Amino acid sequence: MSEMLLSVENLEAWYGDAKVLHGVSFELNKGEVLALIGANGAGKSTLLKCICGQLPKKTGRIAFKGEDIHKLVANDVVRKGIAMVPEGRRLFPSLSVEENLLLGGQVKRPGPWNLQAIYGLFPILKEKCDAPSTSLSGGQQQMVAIGRGLMSNPDLILLDELSLGLAPIVIKDIYALLPCIVGNGLTAILVEQDVTRALASAQQFLCVQEGRISLAGAPDAFTKDQVSAAYFGM
Amino acid sequence: MTWVNIIIQGILVGGLYALFAAGLSLIFGVMRLVNIAHGDLIVAVAYLAWVIVQVTGLHPLLSLILVVPTAMGFGYALQMGILNRTLGRDILPPLLVTFGLSVIIQNGLLSIFTADSRKLNAGTLEIASFTALPGVNIGYLPLLQFVVAIAVIMGLQYLFYRTALGRAFRATSDDSDTAQLMGLDRRRVFAWAMALCLGVVAIAGVFLGVRANFDPAIGPGRLIFGFEAVIIGGLGNLWGTLAGGVILGVAQAIGAHINPGWQVLAGHLVFLLVLAVRPRGLFPRMDG
Repeated sequence: MSEMLLSVENLEAWYGDAKVLHGVSFELNKGEVLALIGANGAGKSTLLKCICGQLPKKTGRIAFKGEDIHKLVANDVVRKGIAMVPEGRRLFPSLSVEENLLLGGQVKRPGPWNLQAIYGLFPILKEKCDAPSTSLSGGQQQMVAIGRGLMSNPDLILLDELSLGLAPIVIKDIYALLPCIVGNGLTAILVEQDVTRALASAQQFLCVQEGRISLAGAPDAFTKDQVSAAYFGM
Repeated sequence: MTWVNIIIQGILVGGLYALFAAGLSLIFGVMRLVNIAHGDLIVAVAYLAWVIVQVTGLHPLLSLILVVPTAMGFGYALQMGILNRTLGRDILPPLLVTFGLSVIIQNGLLSIFTADSRKLNAGTLEIASFTALPGVNIGYLPLLQFVVAIAVIMGLQYLFYRTALGRAFRATSDDSDTAQLMGLDRRRVFAWAMALCLGVVAIAGVFLGVRANFDPAIGPGRLIFGFEAVIIGGLGNLWGTLAGGVILGVAQAIGAHINPGWQVLAGHLVFLLVLAVRPRGLFPRMDG
């Protein structure tokens, strides 16, 4: 029995006067990982920003657990149970590793994730808990960003460009931990440049092209050529 | 011994300047807001204390029990009601609004309290002193003022680096968009910062009123002293702010000893010198 967690209907969004999303609709069931793929500038990150409340100029409907959240601002959306791990990690430079994590837990939602659980998942962070977050390597910073998102015990986690700027071996390590992150019923939307990796990690995918969905479904339902055609708009 | 005395008196006055500066530094640190009305808020608080003392008969220092919470509530409301609306990518609107606020406070005080100067009467505490060294007498009031300044700075330091509220201040200052993603409402974080600032302003205002006469026009002068202490010490460093206040106080005391007319000038000259030689202040924050 799959239960619907998120439903997006006819979402349109603007940056100033420029329209970036042209009527995006999709549904996401509880416990699934949805990969969002598409070329640079296709609107993947914009879609995440709409869901987490960072982009105010939008129309349509975003229902989360049956409740319309499309008018909520970011700090209210996180209370509803949607955490965002932003592109480029965006750690707070004047906070230590542990303080970054604690800030993620600011909203105090009940659930399995706390400092100990995060340190269990990423033991290196415990060693560096008092270090300034800027002193960490890119991969370690990404761990802090993921941990910070998990600390709010979300029902849905939005992972924007996890592998951006990281060495291939580090990316592999982080993806190896993905099942532990989403393992206990957590739903995730994954934005990723590396299409193969994204599709291998997900049960569903959406391909976005110029602000519209060009292909959607289960990754194994389509051939590589069909996905390429949707990706490049051929 | 005269010089030792002068320097000690200067250091003690520096505590008051550090109190002027701490709130200014805090607000700039958290929300990049330069509050032109800061000096006038200090004077307004001194008047508030004066009214409370007149009505209740409390000792001015005891009036802080009422003055501090009132000022904090006003700070919170001021930020939520007015200043939050002005904050954005452009730094000019908040500057203009606080400038307007400064004019309104000065004229408001003038029309309510007239231009007559007032003073908070602290009774025998004002003249009580002890002899620390032969020829060096230390007044209890300036000493108390200095100790309170250190306590305030220590308290702010603790709050900034050891509490959840301080974490929220630093995170919002770093990156307010990402802080929103963590569930922090930046408007409320800023309002708490302004409330805290006004709490410090309240303490500064009462000490100002006990130390010397005040009238509605002296706010901008206090703002300048506060600014100078912040810049001398280095932006974003609270202990540096205390050091900046002390350096300013000592410079003024030395200037006044050479020629009474040079008191304020000597402070400005030291400020200019620091600005020319170390534009980021003597103790800039490492990551600033």
